Amino acid sequence: MNASSSRVDARSDARLSSGLGMRQKQVLWAWSFLAVPVLFYAVVRFYPTLEAFWIATTNWNLLTKPSFIGLANFKRLMADPVFWQVFRNTALYLLLGTPISLLLAFTIAYHLDRVRFLHGFIRALYFLPFLTTAAAMAWVWRWFYQPVPIGLFNNLLAGIGIAQQPFLRSTTQSLPAVLAPAIWAGLGFQVVIFMAGLRAIPTTYYEAARIDGVSNGTILRRITLPLLKPTIVFLVVFSSIGFLRIFDQVYNMTSQTSSDPGGPLNATKPLVLMIYQTAFSSFDMGYAAAQTVVLFLVLLVVSLLQLRLLKDR
Amino acid sequence: MRGLRGMLLGLMVSVGAVAGAKAQTVEIEYWQYVFDARVKAMTELIKRFEAANPNIKVKQTTFPYADYQTKIAAAMPAGQGPDVVQLFYGWLDNFVGAKFIQPLPRDAFPPAAIEKEFYPIVSAMKRDGEYYALPTAVRSLALFYNKKLFQEAGLNPNTPPKTVDELLDFAKKTTKRDGAGNMLSAGITLDFPGQDYHWWRETLLRQNGGAPYSDDNKKVTYDSEAGAKSLNWYADLQRTHKVGQVGFMDEGQAAFRAGRAAMTIDGSFRLGAFGGIKAFEWGVAELPASADGKKANFASYWVNAITTKPTGPKLEAAKKFLAFVTTPEAMQLWLETVGELPARKEAAETEKNLNHPVYGPFLKALNYAHATVFVDELAQRQVSLDMINRVLLQNQDAKAALAEAAKAEQGILDRFYKK
Repeated sequence: MNASSSRVDARSDARLSSGLGMRQKQVLWAWSFLAVPVLFYAVVRFYPTLEAFWIATTNWNLLTKPSFIGLANFKRLMADPVFWQVFRNTALYLLLGTPISLLLAFTIAYHLDRVRFLHGFIRALYFLPFLTTAAAMAWVWRWFYQPVPIGLFNNLLAGIGIAQQPFLRSTTQSLPAVLAPAIWAGLGFQVVIFMAGLRAIPTTYYEAARIDGVSNGTILRRITLPLLKPTIVFLVVFSSIGFLRIFDQVYNMTSQTSSDPGGPLNATKPLVLMIYQTAFSSFDMGYAAAQTVVLFLVLLVVSLLQLRLLKDR
Repeated sequence: MRGLRGMLLGLMVSVGAVAGAKAQTVEIEYWQYVFDARVKAMTELIKRFEAANPNIKVKQTTFPYADYQTKIAAAMPAGQGPDVVQLFYGWLDNFVGAKFIQPLPRDAFPPAAIEKEFYPIVSAMKRDGEYYALPTAVRSLALFYNKKLFQEAGLNPNTPPKTVDELLDFAKKTTKRDGAGNMLSAGITLDFPGQDYHWWRETLLRQNGGAPYSDDNKKVTYDSEAGAKSLNWYADLQRTHKVGQVGFMDEGQAAFRAGRAAMTIDGSFRLGAFGGIKAFEWGVAELPASADGKKANFASYWVNAITTKPTGPKLEAAKKFLAFVTTPEAMQLWLETVGELPARKEAAETEKNLNHPVYGPFLKALNYAHATVFVDELAQRQVSLDMINRVLLQNQDAKAALAEAAKAEQGILDRFYKK
């Protein structure tokens, strides 16, 4: 909304000289084109978002009429140990997932950028997981993690004489085990974006640096990384939101057959999955809406913080 | 008897309809969730019902399971819902509370007759002396065993374990491991999220003299001596005896189907899936009794109810339709199409069904089965899962695990009954 109105302002400013009638016409045109998306967003996005704030203060369970209960849902949330566990998990997904995936993606992109041999093919290989359905991928990884005799990883471990690992059946190993395919899946996209960023840096800077005899490390630190900042900002914000909203991988790797989504003992449950379960298996819409409000606030704060920290020079 | 009466009623109605000089056709709507065999069975039942009642049309609408409750909840207040609706027995309180369904009219469904003719588990559909819904079919648990693995272990493939002690003994004999101690084939599958949590709650616990809930279902009562004893017995299958392992082959039924488990406990609804096994012969037995011969089982079912929507001729039509889908004839069709057991004793316990090698053990169990009254099945199941995970993954003491689970589940019950 902000963006659209400022665009209109900018345009109308430019046309100020051509008379009021013209300007009005312009505005009218602009709005008639904007009306459809604005209306769509208002009905499909903004209205439900606002409605969620209202539902969060009710005890609506789908079947009975909602009645206002004030902040009781939020109080219940604060006292719910599962919520804090889930909150911790979500933070872990973010704090582990974003740096690891960005570091990996940058390293790969940085080196891939120098590779000429089969460049396109290798890039395609990295991008392939990004095209795969999250559910299918999660299922394959789920089988990788199974115990002997069907699990790939455990068969390998047993083959070299190391004890089996529980992976998804452990309260400590399961979260990293779920995170691994999530990082792997997003890697291709990040690599491609990083490479585009690297290509956008004018080669003249590098040529100048080389002539001055600057080392590779210094080039990386003084030229590449600073000029890559917009790309990094975009990827940090983008992947952070992704990890804060992680759902498919967790749901598919921990539910279905063992019917314990986010388990064992909530060790892998992210906030989005808790919201989903509260809303669509317990039909506790009020409580779920309260959780949604919390997620909204977390996303807002994290995104604003990142934009602030990373944009300032 | 009742079947005959039902058929006579149908006949009279149809004769009446013809004689009544083209009485107005009434259309009623029936809702259930999508499950191919169930939809097929219901389509056939509707065809037969309409043939017997030419002045009534039944429109069947189905929804994916995931959206089913949401659709009903959205449609009913708008006056758009079904006249006859299928629901899981555990949802009854929610549906009654929301005034979606009405008590079954006493003239067509006298409570005394229901109690006499249906299995006792149907009493879970009774609130304040009124029945609200009736099942066509019910499901119970049994022990599936792999005859080939029994034979390989030197056991008689025709004598499945009769007691829990025998079960443990047989499981020990059939477990296979490699040199490093990794399990290759389980004696018995341990799959708490499958049916084991019902097995523990309604069978093992009761066999040890306990009960999961108070009689009015408002209090959790498994935090007891019997609870600890039964939970320890179950956990020891993995902890001490190592005859099974949670997560082995991903899930219990997969392990059994792959021929990598000698025994598994599962429901009658699994018959279809196990029917496709070609590699070995399997058998079905009643759940093993306790050492002193106590038997217990878990039953669950889907029911049909009349919503608060129909009145007048539509209500009469709905009554007739519900009566029709709960006739012995309908139940036999359901058994043959869906594999679920008849909810009427008389229809279920025919000579043929009782002696059936597969249906028999399930049917016998219905006489001593309990249908747990759930207020939020998924949340309550989660509590049980967390309990067993704490015991098996974090080595929590059974007593402490039970206390924690009881507290959590009591919270769910309290929140529900407070409303």
